[in-house]
Amino acid sequence: MAETVACLRERFPAAILETHAFRGDDTVVIGPEALRAVATFLHDDLDHGFEILMDVTAVDYLRRKPRFEVVYHFLSHRRRERLRLKVPVDGKSPVVPSLCDLWPSANWYEREVWDMYGVRFEGHPDLRRILMYDEFVGFPLRKDYRVDKRQPLVGPVN
Amino acid sequence: MRAIAEHPLTTRTMLLNLGPSHPSMHGVVRFVLELDGESIVKADCEIGYLHRGFEKMAEQGSYLTVIPYTDRLNYVSPPINNQGYCIAVEKLMGITVPERGEYVRVIMSEIGRIADHLTCVGAATMELGAFTAFLYYVEAREIIYDLIEAVTGARLTVSFGRIGGVKADLPDGFSNAVHKAFARTREILVECDKLLSRNRIFVDRMRDVGVFSKERTLAYAIQGPFARANGVDWDLRRDQPYSIYDRLDFEVPIGDGHCDNYERYAVRFAEMEQSMRMVEQCLEQMPKGAVAVDESGRELTGADLVEEAKRGHTAQVQELRVVADPTLDGTHRGEIEQVTCPDKHVLLPSKEATYGSIEGLMNHFKLVMTGHGLAPPAGEAYGVVEGANGELGFYVVSDGTDRPYRVRCHPPCFPIVAAIPEILVGHMVADITPIFGMVNMIAGELDR
Repeated sequence: MAETVACLRERFPAAILETHAFRGDDTVVIGPEALRAVATFLHDDLDHGFEILMDVTAVDYLRRKPRFEVVYHFLSHRRRERLRLKVPVDGKSPVVPSLCDLWPSANWYEREVWDMYGVRFEGHPDLRRILMYDEFVGFPLRKDYRVDKRQPLVGPVN
Repeated sequence: MRAIAEHPLTTRTMLLNLGPSHPSMHGVVRFVLELDGESIVKADCEIGYLHRGFEKMAEQGSYLTVIPYTDRLNYVSPPINNQGYCIAVEKLMGITVPERGEYVRVIMSEIGRIADHLTCVGAATMELGAFTAFLYYVEAREIIYDLIEAVTGARLTVSFGRIGGVKADLPDGFSNAVHKAFARTREILVECDKLLSRNRIFVDRMRDVGVFSKERTLAYAIQGPFARANGVDWDLRRDQPYSIYDRLDFEVPIGDGHCDNYERYAVRFAEMEQSMRMVEQCLEQMPKGAVAVDESGRELTGADLVEEAKRGHTAQVQELRVVADPTLDGTHRGEIEQVTCPDKHVLLPSKEATYGSIEGLMNHFKLVMTGHGLAPPAGEAYGVVEGANGELGFYVVSDGTDRPYRVRCHPPCFPIVAAIPEILVGHMVADITPIFGMVNMIAGELDR
């Protein structure tokens, strides 16, 4: 299990900000600038790498700096293990590189994170809202979006 | 002839809007199709019509108030959702569930899975015109729902899971009821098998339709029966066993390499039999005992919980002064903080204890009042179960308070629906119905 984390530590000593295995979930925290390199390594170079990007989501730590954390959950059937990758991003204009070309499953997940948190994914082929409608203003899962806030219903466009 | 040569026939593609409400779709989803004649050249899929903000709502209340919301994710097999969420929170808190509780959970989950598969294959066959088979399937589903109702008191919104266990033990005579129900379900499945599995019309519309390779299946992170039909040999219950699945003897049906709709149907059909086998084994193996634990991992019954309170774990509560809020909305937080009982329990006391004794009532209030209740240590955990459609994961982040900081639900049918635009290309419009039927989109969990 911890073998993958050790492997990443050896390969990317400068990029890894933190690692932990709270409750047995291997977690690696890296900066957004290292994401592409680490993801490519996990996908291509690692022996029996992670063929599945199971989930992409984000957490809004409103009072923390950097404010957002984009969370990736990987699964490898061949290695029979999971890995969580966390990427802290700044709150002003949150941007992370897209992983769509490596894992097609990232496409819709990244759209959802954009829709809910307003984190942009650079290089995403089609970054539109997915659950909310196009005219919706703001990002509903951000902690500063009030739960009882209402927006006017938007009728059909034509 | 000359005129035709000078003006060759030109064709243009046509844009067709299918949905969001369409009789051949169980669920609200919209397809925008670019058609060349009747073939699909390009497709786009629009979701979100049933978005109710599950993840936002989960952040508003306590850890316990999320459980009823999980029923409404996959509303066809809610016991699995309950279990998935509870497993994630239990992992975060580091508590284990007593053996019998695990067995009850597995029994309910597998019964839920049968209901889910029956609905999927039943609705899909109806959309292909096989209405008779649909009625058979629905009869079987009613029998399965009767079992769920006998245990939980509800058919769909069961809210049966509890953090640290389940709501209640199985009722008397449940084992007999299961054997009877399964005997009839098996009969119905045999009849449906005869009606459909070699039916020319059915096979022609399912075989070699919706072919999706194993590699693309993995690339889209698709799991569950859809992936197994496409040749992915992976089942969480076998390969990363949780709960007590490692004690059960079952097979994982895999597709025969066609990677088409017919395989998806066949795999689901075979899985129902496996689920029934699992339930029967559970009923045999199941130990007697409590179904809940306290925070230290000790097994407790409802009566023990009352005894515990009687033994003076509420002493601090009695000594301190509590001032009620003038609005009767609750008590002032500052005052309440002094009343924190050191012996916090995880599980809600039984209703008998809550209504029948002051200790039970206190215990109940201590768990449900804002600022109290379950407060897992700060941290994060990803709890995962094999849902009826694939991997159902809950990523729960705690900041140490009694409200979840973040609850992310990874819905099993989301990656499958994400792949639909790619699956549809090259097919005819009429193929959308069987493909979509075998995707088994559940809008509740897809849009959350």
